[in-house]
Amino acid sequence: MSLHTPHIDWFGLGPIFALIGAAFFALLCAVLVPRAIRRLAAGGFSLAGFTAGLVLSVWLYVDSAHGHTIVSGAFYRDRWTALGQIILCGIGLATTLVGVEHVPGWGRSADPARRDDHIAEFFALLLASGAGMAFFVGAANLMVLFLALEWFSIALYVMCAIDYDLEGSLEAGLKYLIVGSFGAATLLFGSALVYGATGTISFHGIATAVATKGLTGDTFLVLGLALIVAGLGFKMSAAPFHMWTPDVYEGAPTTVTAWMSSATKVAALLLTFRLMTTAFPHDGRLWGWAFAIVATASLAIGNFAALVQRNVKRILAYSSISHAGFMLIAVSAGSALGGRALMYYLVPYSAMAFGSFAIVAARERELGVPVTLENLAGFGWERPFLGVAMWFFMFGFAGLPLGGGFVGKFYVFAAAYRHGWVWLVIVGVLATLVSLYYYLGIVRAMYMRPSEELQVQPGGSVAVSGGAPPAERLLHVAVGAALAVSLGSLFAVQPLIDLARHAASALPI
Amino acid sequence: MSANSLTSILIWLPIAGAILVSLLPLSRYATGALAMLFSLAEVGFWIEQAARFDFARSGLQMEERATWFNDLGVSYHVGVYGFSVWLVGLTVIAMAACTGYGFWVGRDRPRAYFALMLLLTGATVGVFMAQDLIVFYAFFEAMLIPLYVLIGVWGGARRMEATIKFVIYTMAGSLLMLAAIVVYGLKAGTFDLVDGPTSASRWLFLGFMLAFVIKAPLFPFHGWLPDAYREGPAEVTAVLSGVISKAGLYGMLRIAIAKFPDPTSFYRTAVLALAAAALVYGSLLAFRSTNFRDVVSYSSLAQSGLIALGLFAGRDLGFDGAVLQMVAHGLISTSLFLIAGAVERRTTTGEFRLLGGMARGRPALATLLMTVGIISLAVPGSAAFAGEFLILAGVFQRAWWWAAIGASGIVLAAMYMLRLISAVLHEARGSTVADEALDLRPGELALVVPLVGVLLALSAWPAGISHHSFVGQSPSATVKNQFK
Repeated sequence: MSLHTPHIDWFGLGPIFALIGAAFFALLCAVLVPRAIRRLAAGGFSLAGFTAGLVLSVWLYVDSAHGHTIVSGAFYRDRWTALGQIILCGIGLATTLVGVEHVPGWGRSADPARRDDHIAEFFALLLASGAGMAFFVGAANLMVLFLALEWFSIALYVMCAIDYDLEGSLEAGLKYLIVGSFGAATLLFGSALVYGATGTISFHGIATAVATKGLTGDTFLVLGLALIVAGLGFKMSAAPFHMWTPDVYEGAPTTVTAWMSSATKVAALLLTFRLMTTAFPHDGRLWGWAFAIVATASLAIGNFAALVQRNVKRILAYSSISHAGFMLIAVSAGSALGGRALMYYLVPYSAMAFGSFAIVAARERELGVPVTLENLAGFGWERPFLGVAMWFFMFGFAGLPLGGGFVGKFYVFAAAYRHGWVWLVIVGVLATLVSLYYYLGIVRAMYMRPSEELQVQPGGSVAVSGGAPPAERLLHVAVGAALAVSLGSLFAVQPLIDLARHAASALPI
Repeated sequence: MSANSLTSILIWLPIAGAILVSLLPLSRYATGALAMLFSLAEVGFWIEQAARFDFARSGLQMEERATWFNDLGVSYHVGVYGFSVWLVGLTVIAMAACTGYGFWVGRDRPRAYFALMLLLTGATVGVFMAQDLIVFYAFFEAMLIPLYVLIGVWGGARRMEATIKFVIYTMAGSLLMLAAIVVYGLKAGTFDLVDGPTSASRWLFLGFMLAFVIKAPLFPFHGWLPDAYREGPAEVTAVLSGVISKAGLYGMLRIAIAKFPDPTSFYRTAVLALAAAALVYGSLLAFRSTNFRDVVSYSSLAQSGLIALGLFAGRDLGFDGAVLQMVAHGLISTSLFLIAGAVERRTTTGEFRLLGGMARGRPALATLLMTVGIISLAVPGSAAFAGEFLILAGVFQRAWWWAAIGASGIVLAAMYMLRLISAVLHEARGSTVADEALDLRPGELALVVPLVGVLLALSAWPAGISHHSFVGQSPSATVKNQFK
């Protein structure tokens, strides 16, 4: 008996294999490498893996001008996938840099012998989740979509709980697991309904089936679509599927939060845009409205809830909900301009989200307590580089022209206006106005309160080392890179938009 | 160096200076000196630009254009008109004086302070030179960032409330302007201010105007003004009232009036009414105020009203007078706030009941305050007189009663300004005025005297500005042709 295996374009899956391979080696470090150099060895494999992934995905971008599916129509090899993988690998590199200095276990610095017990697992999981996301953005049918979603989600569940000595970390992992599984189940159920209605799982096939069988508005299809939207909404933490976000972002080790808040959003939003435009073009009005409403809800809930938070990680978590709203405005437009706007927005957004969480991680390590607005007092003056970077990120998030966030918002509004939705532009503008209050609140806490107002007893590295905060060179490199990307994207709009245009031209819009 | 590159140099030189100042680990003194060097170089480049500007030719000059992102028609497009030359001049001179004041008083955390002052200079110059709506918006917002930190870090005791109010107010206006820009630009297919068509949309006009009336400010959008002016460090308040408020008025002229002719005439009476209200109400508040800064703050509200009257009168004389008055008031207000800062440094207060009798033994202070005060109350022969006279003549051509309201504002100006002068300089000696309190020091004189000197020069030759703002054609024809 012979088994017919499909032809596999190994090169098209290159970035994923690079990451998976590196994850394998990082995991081996956990058992084969002595504890003393385990952190460096596993971190080195992680760095190598993401660098290889980056190089391969750039190569794929250059080499995939004409997008097509590979592995029997299961995976897209095109520029949309490649550009998404480039962004993901970039975030992965930055996460690795921060991770080498920060995760896990610096909180248990009292017991240095145990500190590096699970460091290799952390990098293996980081690489594995990166590989899952790289697979996710290229999914071409509902089966691959679900597999990739579970793949990176399971890795993330464990990463959230990796600092299991800390109550919050374990709780975050469990919460994310339960809510995430619920989201995945919703997505799976939706996929089943769509398959039942159309008889196919391929994105392209669904669109063809809807067109040929006249299924537009079919009950099962619409119900399936709604469930898929909800399932993806959980992953991108858009309201009203956002409940887990603040708790998980707060409880998870901050490096993991930085990775989740940037990379997961990139993967989920890019996949959503492709899925909607490829598989459901005939129901464009329907999902357009659905996403417009989800966007409005995210902007409202994210921004208003952030106003009353004191914990900086929670503020940033709500801010990430509101940014999901901004990006969904671009998704809801469903046009080529919307695709460009989304792709462009993700670049400065992920840099700013990653960078701001990394800075919170540094402060957390310094103080040994959760970072609240109160204990940011004096931070801007004590750590000038991190302070200035945070300053840029906050103003950039708020859409002031200190970074690409400004142009991103402009593009998103332009996409909504071209779609004929001036009201959505107004919603976005009002949301931005509300968001100013808490973004400026962070700047105010860092710069306008003297450190004498600090009420906490430092229990972190400052207490341990006696005053000076740790040098954290790699963290500085990562934050510097994030700053360069977010500032650079303000000036290099044209090249980025050209990249995004080529990527979006792979989509049937 | 070509004349065109002067435009970009004027915008980016201070921003480059800001980066340099913030990165170099210099001593307090060296940092301030370096920042002063950049400020003065900026003034030098401006003189060069004004000298090379062809005041016989209409239209945009010394323009530079480069693609920023082309799929929505956005480009980095900068250039100057006659009136923008004067506003840029006001900016660089006032900013140099205020940066110098910060150097003189020795502000804490000098690297951050001077970097922000230079950043503010660059952003403000950018506003007056931007010829693309997105570039204009970016600089308009970019002004806010250094101002927020400057007031929030170096300001007075109640600075937190003041900054939040200031930012929320101004951003509310400018974000709606962003929505209006998106709609206008996508409809027109370009965001270019020179190539862009006129629009008849009243909504868009209101979107733009809201941002400008808050920035200027006009009644009743001045809620942020007293707090911000009271809590900011003296030199930052000087910039805010002397220069930044002019960005709002400039926006009215360059965008609202030029690009929206029909809505402008539709809303003319309403805007004139707001402007007149700002003038009268501001003057009354200034007369009722009990401290130095409040008088000057409310008088700048009144002056913004007067200038807006001139702009929205829509007559030749009104436009000429408005530009002249913007520069004259900018210089007056900057000098007055710097003097207020000097008084506060000597007496720890600006309250009139604690001040008084400072003229005795302090001739320089008395002379300068007197001179600026007299110019500001529009004594015939002063620059402010020329400006106000032209504005009133302009609104008189629109309707006589507007001019009557405007004239009442000028009478009130005489009342509050004389009251200010006598409360600080004359009357019985105040309880906080010690004998040891020195006269203005050479450093302070070196900052205020040039400003007053420019004011006196303008008083001698106001036509230098009023006849060199709208060139080639009559002002209203220039505006009607969208400055082409």
